[in-house]
Amino acid sequence: MRYLPNSPEDRKEMLRATGRSSIDELFAQVPQDLRLHESLQLPGPLSEAEILEFFREAARATSKDFVSLLGAGVYRHYRPVVIDELLSRGEFLTAYTPYQPEISQGTLQALFEFQTLIAQLTGMEVANSSLYDGSTATNEAVLMAMRITGREQVLLARTMHPEYREVIKTYGRYLGTRVKEAPLQPSGQMDLHRLDCVVDEKTAAVVIQSPNFFGVLEPVSEIAELAHKHGAFLIVAVAEPLSLALVKPPAEADIVCGEAQSFGVPVAFGGPYCGFLATRDRFVRQMPGRLVGLTKDSQGRRGFVLTLVTREQFIRREKATSNICTSQTLCALAATIYLCLLGKQGLRKLARNNLAKAHDAARELQAVGAKRPFTGPFFNEFVLETPMPAGDFLRACEEEKILGGLELERFYPEMKNHLLIAVTEMVNKETIDRMARVLAGFGVDAHSSRLNGAAAPVRSH
Amino acid sequence: MSQSGGHNGRITEAIPHITRNEALIFERSSAGKTGAEVAPLDVPPVEAPEVLGKDFYREDIDGFPEVSELEVIRHFTRLSTWNYGIDTGLYPLGSCTMKYNPRINEVVARLDGLATDHPYIPARLAQGCLGILAETARCVAEITGMDAVSLQPAAGAQGELTGLLMIRAYHEDRGERRKYILIPDSAHGTNPASVTTSGYEARSLKSNDRGCVDLAELERAMTPETAGLMLTNPNTLGIFEEQIREVCLRVHHRGGLVYMDGANMNALIGIARPGDFGVDVMHLNLHKTFSTPHGGGGPGSGPVAVKRKLEPYLPTPTIEETGDGFYKLNFDRPKSVGRVRAFYGNFGMAVRALAYMLAYGADGLRQVTEDAVLNANYLRARLSTAYDLAYDAPSMHECVFSDRRQAARGVRTGDIAKRLMDYGFHPYTVSFPLVVPGAMMIEPTESASKAELDAFVDALLAIAQEVKEHPEVVAGAPHSTRLSRLDEATAARKPILRWKPS
Repeated sequence: MRYLPNSPEDRKEMLRATGRSSIDELFAQVPQDLRLHESLQLPGPLSEAEILEFFREAARATSKDFVSLLGAGVYRHYRPVVIDELLSRGEFLTAYTPYQPEISQGTLQALFEFQTLIAQLTGMEVANSSLYDGSTATNEAVLMAMRITGREQVLLARTMHPEYREVIKTYGRYLGTRVKEAPLQPSGQMDLHRLDCVVDEKTAAVVIQSPNFFGVLEPVSEIAELAHKHGAFLIVAVAEPLSLALVKPPAEADIVCGEAQSFGVPVAFGGPYCGFLATRDRFVRQMPGRLVGLTKDSQGRRGFVLTLVTREQFIRREKATSNICTSQTLCALAATIYLCLLGKQGLRKLARNNLAKAHDAARELQAVGAKRPFTGPFFNEFVLETPMPAGDFLRACEEEKILGGLELERFYPEMKNHLLIAVTEMVNKETIDRMARVLAGFGVDAHSSRLNGAAAPVRSH
Repeated sequence: MSQSGGHNGRITEAIPHITRNEALIFERSSAGKTGAEVAPLDVPPVEAPEVLGKDFYREDIDGFPEVSELEVIRHFTRLSTWNYGIDTGLYPLGSCTMKYNPRINEVVARLDGLATDHPYIPARLAQGCLGILAETARCVAEITGMDAVSLQPAAGAQGELTGLLMIRAYHEDRGERRKYILIPDSAHGTNPASVTTSGYEARSLKSNDRGCVDLAELERAMTPETAGLMLTNPNTLGIFEEQIREVCLRVHHRGGLVYMDGANMNALIGIARPGDFGVDVMHLNLHKTFSTPHGGGGPGSGPVAVKRKLEPYLPTPTIEETGDGFYKLNFDRPKSVGRVRAFYGNFGMAVRALAYMLAYGADGLRQVTEDAVLNANYLRARLSTAYDLAYDAPSMHECVFSDRRQAARGVRTGDIAKRLMDYGFHPYTVSFPLVVPGAMMIEPTESASKAELDAFVDALLAIAQEVKEHPEVVAGAPHSTRLSRLDEATAARKPILRWKPS
């Protein structure tokens, strides 16, 4: 087999050295009646060419020929080729967690840079070196707030990603967390008045997302004031971190967490992604996740190490701040490379372009009969109410090889015919034009198909 | 010119090239540079402060880097050369299974469609991705002898937590409120941490003199309040729990469930299946046993596999095949423990793991196990002349030594590990498991050739000799790396966790 380096002769010699007479003897401590006596029922073996063909075949049954306006916490942005070129370096790809700093300075320095970039973007003082993803990072932020405040009630904005909320509930179920949800108002933002009524001295944290699940920016300062008035934390999750290039960072928050997938990490059907968590210096010892710190070697040269490890599970065991022991280093490295490539001007320009494109698309689709129910300011994602069943509109878009958005009814039963639409730089004007034609054509087609007695609407371009 | 010449033709010390002293990217930055051009806008531009509102508009990102593309390439290429990876050489970290990461896996994970499908595309367009997840789950179930699998957990620790939540849901469903999970004292630190996160209380179980579960201790600890046992098999000493079936029976007899940490599955695939031992729930680490790259510490993937009785509690959603070979996501699972993360897991890791399994096939995977165990036993045989074995029990895929003999001369396992770097090797796992004083935990995996193992043994034997003759050389190691030992104490006392403009 091509991955195995030992020859039959090597094996024989090694077996001799162990003093065993057969390979079978090496497994003597596995009781005979527990041993498998037949081969496992698995596919393969396949040659490299066959493996490639197997997955190419799978890739044919994907949406690869579609333009996508799906967002909802996962955004398709252009990934400069440099990212994969650098990630493919075996020294990065095939290294373990940098427990041996003398021969892991590459990973350590890159993670120190990641921590710095996230702190700069979020307006926080300190960031960790990544967590699994945005949902678990937000959950870790909640657990951290509960540890620090010693309180057990958590208030989740209903404008936050529904799956993030689900994860927090799963983790909270047996930890005594009391989870409440705070409703939204017609702007698509949190209802501050209602929030004010439910936050009290038992509240560990108010947890919001901004831009929120509907793409709308939340009034972070006002919510912070409200939370802090009762001694509660404000946690802000950021699922589209590109917004931070152009939108004021939630600096009034106590913890800013979220998902860095937008920064050069593939969409890849839901993962792996790159969670982040940033906070204030004074909370650093209560932070979850790996932290890289600057130090010196015995000759005074600058170097980096994993630090504050006494928070971690491999030292503290059952008293650790979190059970997480991996970060998402390679994804964090992708994000670091991406942010370095784009740089300050590139990132701001990209964010401006996303802003312009999303607003242009919203305008164009509204002009042909769709409504935008939420009035709050938005970045590159917005909600649209279609005059026809949203599912019909999406299927008509699919005919045009367009994934037109996410039906919100799935998560918010009251939001019938509401679509969540993200417009990044990967969606061109021509796509929006075609969507507008599909939308405009609906009324006409419905009318004409009724005349023709046809069941399905027929569109023209 | 500065490299040689100098005085009287003698070679003077060179100033190290920047490749050995790469600055932070922020120190390379100067205003007005960029490493990526943004595509031109095809719609009218907008005034951001107006569109967003003045209260929301950000003026600047203070300190953010500005560098060119080539500078980025050089920066990260130079950094990479300061790392040691599996591609560099032997990486015998015990319990981490640092095996070869096949490159075809990286290629297929990046295929258009697989790398670009959005998790919320309609099922009719997601058959390629759902099919890969379903096939990976099927293979995992077959390998472990379990009935159902969820690929949702993002890593091993999350797999553990998911399993524990299922154990809890199972008991509560039967109207039982149990409080404790038993964990052998040789376990990974993650196990007790996960138990705490699940709301249970961890109780340590003392191992017997063979490093295995002590049945009498187990019997005493299995009270009606004990929810189950969480064990690793082979355990962290690399020893197979010979009485595993009896262990499972006794836990079951008292109404408990058995969780198995599958970190060490590289010792078992094709040989025996946890499902046949009596294990009720377990996780696997795709980044260990199934060759997905560790990437400097993630992303991982920790699928959780269960017996039929725990299936109703698997995280939501599950992937199901309808009669006609169509895959769909099932969100309607009233008894589920819920979601442990957004979406369906680290799909990209499942692609790689499946590519790994396809490359080997069933018999190939058995060969992997045999080679991994043979390699560990070969090391054990050759090293036991110079180092003390922690336990006499036979080793599976890893072997654990103690620094007892060397410690008598003032040299500890951590020093020997650092000295290995001078010989060109990545160290073994240091000071773990905790039940072994001065542990040296070595896992060569199947990816190590005999020639490499011989070189590694020679290095460790040479170091053992150095300990006798020049202990200070070992105690002060490493001597040949770019940096010498780093001051971790100061780093922790006065944490500097980010760059700031000076």
